Amino acid sequence: MSGLRILVPVKRVIDYAVKPRVNKAQTAVETQGVKHSMNPFDELSIEEAVRLRERKHPVEDILAFSAGPAKSQDILRTAMAMGADRALHVVEEKTDLEPLGVAKLLKQVVEQEKRNLVILGKQSIDDDAAQTGQMLAGLLGWSQATQASKVELEGEMVTVTKEVDGGVETVRAKLPMVITTDLRLNEPRYASLPNIMKAKKKPLEKKTLADYGGELGKRLKTLKVMEPPARQGGGKVEDVDGLIGKLKELGAL
Amino acid sequence: MPPLHRLAPPLRCLRLANSTFQRSAFPRPTPPAFFRAHQPRGQHTEAAPTTSASSVDHSPQSQPDRPQSKITYTADSYPNLKRDSRFKEVTADDVAFFREVLGSDNAIIDGVTKDASDDLEAFNSDWMKKYRGQCKVVLKPDTTEQVSRILKYCNENLLPVNPQGGNTGLVGGSVPVFDEVVLNLSRMNSIHSFDEVSGILVADAGVILQAADDHVAEKGYIFPLDLGAKGSCQIGGNVATNAGGLRLLRYGSMHGNILGLEAVLPDGTIVDDLCTLRKNNTGYDLKQLFIGGEGSIGIITKISILCPQRSPAVNVAYFGLSSYAKVQQAFREAKIQLSEILSAFELMDSQSQALYARASGARLPLESPHPFYCLIETSGSNTDHDSEKLTTFLEHVMGEEIVADGVVADNESQLQSLWACREGISEASQHFGGVYKYDLSIPLPDLYSLVEECRERFQSNGLMSDTDESKPVFDVVGYGHMGDSNLHLNVAVRRYEKEVEKALEPWVYEWVAQRKGSISAEHGLGLAKKEFIQYSRSETMVGLMKQLKKVYDPNGIMNPYKYI
Repeated sequence: MSGLRILVPVKRVIDYAVKPRVNKAQTAVETQGVKHSMNPFDELSIEEAVRLRERKHPVEDILAFSAGPAKSQDILRTAMAMGADRALHVVEEKTDLEPLGVAKLLKQVVEQEKRNLVILGKQSIDDDAAQTGQMLAGLLGWSQATQASKVELEGEMVTVTKEVDGGVETVRAKLPMVITTDLRLNEPRYASLPNIMKAKKKPLEKKTLADYGGELGKRLKTLKVMEPPARQGGGKVEDVDGLIGKLKELGAL
Repeated sequence: MPPLHRLAPPLRCLRLANSTFQRSAFPRPTPPAFFRAHQPRGQHTEAAPTTSASSVDHSPQSQPDRPQSKITYTADSYPNLKRDSRFKEVTADDVAFFREVLGSDNAIIDGVTKDASDDLEAFNSDWMKKYRGQCKVVLKPDTTEQVSRILKYCNENLLPVNPQGGNTGLVGGSVPVFDEVVLNLSRMNSIHSFDEVSGILVADAGVILQAADDHVAEKGYIFPLDLGAKGSCQIGGNVATNAGGLRLLRYGSMHGNILGLEAVLPDGTIVDDLCTLRKNNTGYDLKQLFIGGEGSIGIITKISILCPQRSPAVNVAYFGLSSYAKVQQAFREAKIQLSEILSAFELMDSQSQALYARASGARLPLESPHPFYCLIETSGSNTDHDSEKLTTFLEHVMGEEIVADGVVADNESQLQSLWACREGISEASQHFGGVYKYDLSIPLPDLYSLVEECRERFQSNGLMSDTDESKPVFDVVGYGHMGDSNLHLNVAVRRYEKEVEKALEPWVYEWVAQRKGSISAEHGLGLAKKEFIQYSRSETMVGLMKQLKKVYDPNGIMNPYKYI
């Protein structure tokens, strides 16, 4: 067979450790001045693609892809520092893309770039939709394996161990294929300084939505975004009698 | 537990992604909980009664599960210490007086008129399970007036007093030696005011450090002190011990950040110096005597402290370097190029990192080993500005071959894993049995030679081997706050043996004294380092200290048997 031509879509999201705040208009989460980083599931995808190459599989090319604001370039550089060969950035500042739109976009990229394996995170931690991979597989008519915790390759056959409730499920399919990654797949590497330097010289191509026909508009309208209700503060009791009294008062005893 | 660890970082991603609503925006990185959890292990954590056998440089929050009653009494492990016969023993009458002053049954643990030994244990022993006192009564006042009345009474009746905060100290200063009355400040835990413009916080001494930090974090400020025990230690105790910790390089010591305090002298005098001014050149700055005074002349009841602005942009990088000379060069460059955003420069030797990896099962950030590692943290107000500076710095140190290899944290979980490589060392050092720990200030050029010489010592006397179980010493590791010239020398041992101790003491102290260093950089004196003060302070200095102690505590009731 010819080599693996892998596409790894990545998304820039608010860092998982940052507490998101809803904006005043309650239409979205505040993103200004908030630390962003690569969606953790996408880090696993990049890592797995790089590991396939390190395991001496015939990887011809790893292409990292992102659609979003100019800042997304930072994470594409990170992806290349981790081992992706080149990057494609569809610059879009205004529209918040939806899973179907992204899947349609990816389909075109897959076709133009002649990909035969797409590895993507099972979900992004900002909208938690967990739809893009499945939709892409549907649009392409390819096999798919979701929530992968292990990926093995033998010739054109891919065996994927999937995480399901209370156990694992092992599936096998022939390339081309879409795989979505789960947490136990691997432990992503750090971007090392020499590789960060090298990544600066790797090619990063910029395109716009118009290059892909631009028909990726929003179908959903966000009505309202709200913080979860604040936790009610507890009260302090002086001693055991106070506790019993309070419990009785609340009808718990 | 390598397999679990491999799962843990991504697991944490998910868990935190869903629970961030409950968390502050920039949590301080701490070693992951799974690593702490398996640290305490039966007899291994038993610390021999030596001056420096201990476990962690900033005391973790984990509680060893060993029953406290098995800890040797301090009185037995220090046979030379004798109870001062001038002191009266607590009687039922005294307890009645305390009860009347405190006015609540919850504010007193009375082991005099009844058996309360279980309740008293927590106040009698320290978290390292190394010191254990025999106090019979614990008092928990909730006002300064109560503290004043209690001290006055104790002073008049010659009852010794042991002030106690969160009891997280590392030198045995926070627990009684014999039957001192424990005066615990945990019930004095109100935050009185916080000025959003100046950043000045006024709070009771018993406020937990974490609570104080959370309080000011809401307003965009940061408490200028941070250490591993933040969840249990109290700010009054932090001030009384002049705690150092992780933010010292950036924000300076307690001596500079404390603007004023309220304290009670043994005779009951309330010293109200709760000043909220940055400038006040009127007379002797007496509050400084209480900062780092370890409760030897009075009890701090309230503090006012200047809190700096919290930095929203934090970056962490981790380097491998080929020699200590390169480490110094890197530190120099970091100061030049990162200047105002540099918030930590930590040093770790290869042995410390190997020990950490072996004990925790964690994967080290760099693939190939290097003789030295550094961790650099920057914090500033503007991410783009900081990243640009950091990138320029990184390109420079790579290009000039000052650092051999390095990684930069791309996200919060990597940031925490990198910090864990530094913070996890202290627990890793006692993982294989125990540890002799020295917290030293040494001039930078000489800082690391001590570790090398110490290692040679154990190689030549045949006490050290990382494979031969019959040798007591496992390894000698060095790490510390390079930015503050503060070295932690840890001798990881399989078991505590007199021979090891003899090889170390007083050799380490003499070595440090010859280079005009300090034998206790941030841990204080307490009971553990009391008799070694002469290595760092001249006779004249110690004499002056003793004079002061006599002036303010003529009866010597405050935290006796310790400090000087």
